[in-house]
Amino acid sequence: MARYIANKLFYTLISLFILISATFFLMKAIPGDPFMSEKKVPPAIQERLYEQYGLNKPVYEQYFKYLGDIAQGDFGISMKKINQNVTDIIKDTFGASLKLGLVSIVVSVIVGVALGLLAALYHRKLIDNVAMVLAVLGIAVPSFVVASLLQFVFSSKLHWFPTMGFKGPMYYFLPVAALSAQPIAFIARLTRSSMLEVLHADYIKTAKAKGLRWYAILFRHVIRNGILPVVTYLGPMTANIVTGSVVIEQIFGIGGIGKQFVQAITVRDYPVIMGITIFYGALLMIARLVTDIAYGFVDPRIKLTGGKGD
Amino acid sequence: MKKSKSLLLLLTLVLAVGTLLAACGSNDKNNGASNSGENAANSGEEKLAADQTLRINLSAEPPTFDPAQAQDSQANTVLKLMYEGLVRIDADGKEAPGVAESWDVDGTKYTFHLRKDAKWSNGDPVTANDFVFAWERVLSPNTQPAAPYAYQLYYIKNGQEYNEGKITDFSQVGVKATDENTLEVELTAPTPYFLGLTAFYTFYPVHSSVADDAAWATDPAKMIVNGPFTLTTWTKGQTIEVSKSDNYWDKDSIKLTKVNMSLVESGATELTSYRNDELDRAGHPNGEIPTDQIPIVQKELADEYKVKGIASTYYYQFNANAKPFDNVKIRKAFSMAVDRQTLVDKVTMGGQIPAYGYVPPGILGASGEEFRKEHDDKSYFQENVEEAKKLLEEGMQEEGYTKLPDITLIYNTGEGHKKIATAISDMWKTNLGVDVKIENQEWGVFLKNRQNLDYQIARGAWSADYNDPMTFMDMWMTNGGNNDLGYANAEYDKLINEAKASSDATQRDTNFAKAEEMFVKDDMALMPIYYYTSVSLEKTYLKGVNVDFSGAVDYTHAYILEH
Amino acid sequence: MEANQSSGISTPADLKPDDFRKIGTDEKQAEIIQRESISSWRDAWQRLCTNKMAITALIVLLFIVIAAIVGPYIAKWVFNYNYYTNDLLNTNQRPSAEHWFGTDDLGRDMFVRTWMGARISLIVGLAAAMIDLFIGVIYGGVMGYFGGRVDSIMNKFSEILYAIPYLLVTILLLVVMEPSLPTIIIALTITGWINMSWIVRGEIMQLKNREFVLASRSMGAGSGRLLFRHLLPNAVGPIIVTVTLSVPNAIFAEAFLSFLGLGVQAPVASLGSMINDALTGWLYYPWRMLFPAIVISLTMLAFNIFGDGLRDALDPKLKK
Repeated sequence: MARYIANKLFYTLISLFILISATFFLMKAIPGDPFMSEKKVPPAIQERLYEQYGLNKPVYEQYFKYLGDIAQGDFGISMKKINQNVTDIIKDTFGASLKLGLVSIVVSVIVGVALGLLAALYHRKLIDNVAMVLAVLGIAVPSFVVASLLQFVFSSKLHWFPTMGFKGPMYYFLPVAALSAQPIAFIARLTRSSMLEVLHADYIKTAKAKGLRWYAILFRHVIRNGILPVVTYLGPMTANIVTGSVVIEQIFGIGGIGKQFVQAITVRDYPVIMGITIFYGALLMIARLVTDIAYGFVDPRIKLTGGKGD
Repeated sequence: MKKSKSLLLLLTLVLAVGTLLAACGSNDKNNGASNSGENAANSGEEKLAADQTLRINLSAEPPTFDPAQAQDSQANTVLKLMYEGLVRIDADGKEAPGVAESWDVDGTKYTFHLRKDAKWSNGDPVTANDFVFAWERVLSPNTQPAAPYAYQLYYIKNGQEYNEGKITDFSQVGVKATDENTLEVELTAPTPYFLGLTAFYTFYPVHSSVADDAAWATDPAKMIVNGPFTLTTWTKGQTIEVSKSDNYWDKDSIKLTKVNMSLVESGATELTSYRNDELDRAGHPNGEIPTDQIPIVQKELADEYKVKGIASTYYYQFNANAKPFDNVKIRKAFSMAVDRQTLVDKVTMGGQIPAYGYVPPGILGASGEEFRKEHDDKSYFQENVEEAKKLLEEGMQEEGYTKLPDITLIYNTGEGHKKIATAISDMWKTNLGVDVKIENQEWGVFLKNRQNLDYQIARGAWSADYNDPMTFMDMWMTNGGNNDLGYANAEYDKLINEAKASSDATQRDTNFAKAEEMFVKDDMALMPIYYYTSVSLEKTYLKGVNVDFSGAVDYTHAYILEH
Repeated sequence: MEANQSSGISTPADLKPDDFRKIGTDEKQAEIIQRESISSWRDAWQRLCTNKMAITALIVLLFIVIAAIVGPYIAKWVFNYNYYTNDLLNTNQRPSAEHWFGTDDLGRDMFVRTWMGARISLIVGLAAAMIDLFIGVIYGGVMGYFGGRVDSIMNKFSEILYAIPYLLVTILLLVVMEPSLPTIIIALTITGWINMSWIVRGEIMQLKNREFVLASRSMGAGSGRLLFRHLLPNAVGPIIVTVTLSVPNAIFAEAFLSFLGLGVQAPVASLGSMINDALTGWLYYPWRMLFPAIVISLTMLAFNIFGDGLRDALDPKLKK
């Protein structure tokens, strides 16, 4: 196990390096720079800004300098948010996204798995159809529509929740509802599909034949085996959700990392783009690693092996 | 941390009590003035609300509150609350005393007499040296990062030379503190609008303690300011809050105790939250009311709906080097085939004014009257489909086209830009029978293409930096930094250069009018579309909000009535 | 070569050690398996036909596809409307006999625009989903089947690709390539297939140690055959669910790109961008949001129900 994890971590580091390199050159290939504006500043000032931020050097030199800096743990300072550390910017914006994201994930998994399980147990019955229609609606209605409708109904008309901001528990409800709609739908369908398979599997029949009680079968066999695809999906979904949804953050006025990222790209704030990319990449890779390990626990048939194929 | 918080709380309490007292005092004063009686609920008497907290929204978070680094209208709104320059622009758009009590102007030499009671928020007096310090900081080539708007100080003698490193001795730059309260400024050339410029944030004084601390302008604990409000909270990405300063020299005239700013990008959300009474003001310049909603709020919130012309022009620019717009007749044909009145009535809907010239209303001319009123833009050209068709045909003949080359119009992302581009390209199709492809480009890509003259028609807009036609006219000089038209006209350059050197208001005015006529009427170098308006919603109980000629908003003297 | 020899029936007395190996690799044996699975397609179709919900969904889908194709022509023949001509004197009109779905903020007929939008969205959604399916299944299958180093490397590659800021890629693509529908589809599929590949990988990892796989491997099935004949058909459930989800995902990703100004170019609009445009005024001009939203939701609904039916019909494990 230890060897397995060490091995995976090594791969992750290499991946991060490739990710950094690819993103860096990609970013530099796009037209524009942090100091462009509709009203151009005089060339002398522009030149000085380039010089101060090292943008006047050849791209490969900038690249090696950047690698050197991050090797020392220095993610640099923003080129647009004057004198603000990239790490501080990530810390500030990620906080909001993380809180919102974690709540959404918990809600999604509980509601999604419950819906999917019900649908599978009552396959082709009314409950199945209702659950699936609900699930499909969650997918069929775009998140910006869901968010706007929620905002209209629950804050404009009913005045139950505030329209915007992120200052306390009441501010969670609407964004969480809007954020979880799609994952709930996805998880519900994934669960239903996979539970159906499990329910038809021979070992379930065997278990039934053995006279095991239904809840024992359900919890010991059905859920444990049927939840695998959800676990697979959970890794990237977690990374996805906690890194923020631009649309939801914009509509509800939450200063999250998703909004920050899009904004950094729009204004070509290079250090922030890189910082968030690395952060996001690392998060994603760790989430996937954890998923792989979790697989081993959920399904004993999957063996975790070191480097070599089996 | 905790200590400073409770200290803040105490301070706020003190302020609140102070304001209450101040409010009582000013109430009597207002009795006489507020008999407008436009609102029945008002019953002719203005009674201040107990809670003088203003709630507004900024659609983007200001990157910094360092006056030397600021570049955006959001920062401008907040900086106006926290700082005060030599002069302030009052409700009538005139220069009023700020930190400077009075000033003498002698040609290119300005002497500012600073008031003795002006104080920083930490109690230090504001002296002439603080201005010298701040301006040196803006101009110095060693400032890290370089101040982008340093060129606003290029009017000062040797300012540009010092900024470009040609002079290394700051004492040669035309700014000097002769004593604690006297600031002498010498300019390179007569600049009639210089006084107004000193109200702009790049000219604000800065406390000398910032020299050793790079991060001061983002940290409420370290921000030392000289204006009516101090920064009390900045939760990144969520809220900004400023509170009334106890050390501001004119604090008695300030009624607001707090300004709460949320940071929501979506105009629709801002509007919802305004209608939910979570905000006191919405819309321009810190946000935008969605176009679809304008006719609705205009009807439903008629008392709160405010439209004001501002000095900005929206236009489509022709690339003079690209086919087919290297032909002036074709440019004219495209411009004349657009129905501007219908466009502003049905598409943009914010009461914009159809534009046939380049300098917008709000910019003053020589007579003290608006330049646009002195020189009517209707004389430059008129919309006429028949004439347009004829011109197009003639133009095509001159160039030997049997069919126009493919034409693409580029614009940057924006709901309004998309609607306008769609509507105008359809007008061209209907009126001229020309198919114009429209292409939305991502901001950076768009900007690069436009600046590299890599386009045929592009969306463009220009807003005033100061109240003088020069801020619009000098950009189209041959090879000017912002001339992304490829426009080159020696005669035009001559007229503008003359105006730059002259201090004779009438001659400048004549030159501007001639140059504009040449630029629009003769050359149709760009196609004016409309003059901007500032569309906003303001609760009826909110008074004293001042939107200046350029559309910048000043909340310092706002107050909230009982409601 | 040698295989021909062993096709004859032999008596036990003729047995030689060679014969045992040959049977396992016999081409004809494989043919039999293939023929059987062809008939399983017909079998699946028959099972699908008994599923009324799925058939209804299929009919609805076909109806939407046909409407997306002919709808704009109908409006052209009947009223001479097209999707781009503005009528600024008749903006935001309610649905009426003249404008069946009302008009939009530039006075354009919503009936034409809705079906034009459906056309765009369907093309984007289907093309992206098919590409995702094709790449994702093969990639994920190979990853999951081979495991070990192959899996590690391919997995890491997909993770890197997934982590590269998607917006940067799209912006660059639109700079390099003409901003057109194919460009947008490419932009959507660059990272779109990865999710599918991970789902497939997970399934295959789980399935490959099952008894039936072991059995067919011991009978000498090759890797390709094992993967495509045994493993993937057994993972068809999650695959179909993922495909039916990648259609709406692609459609909404396109809407998000439009939101940022990187989607299809005006005056052409997709359903997603039409809804987005109508969102701020939907209370006052509900038809501008309602019709595109109904079409998009109906498409998704039909797609998902049909997908479920297909899954039930195809899944070898659900055979009774």
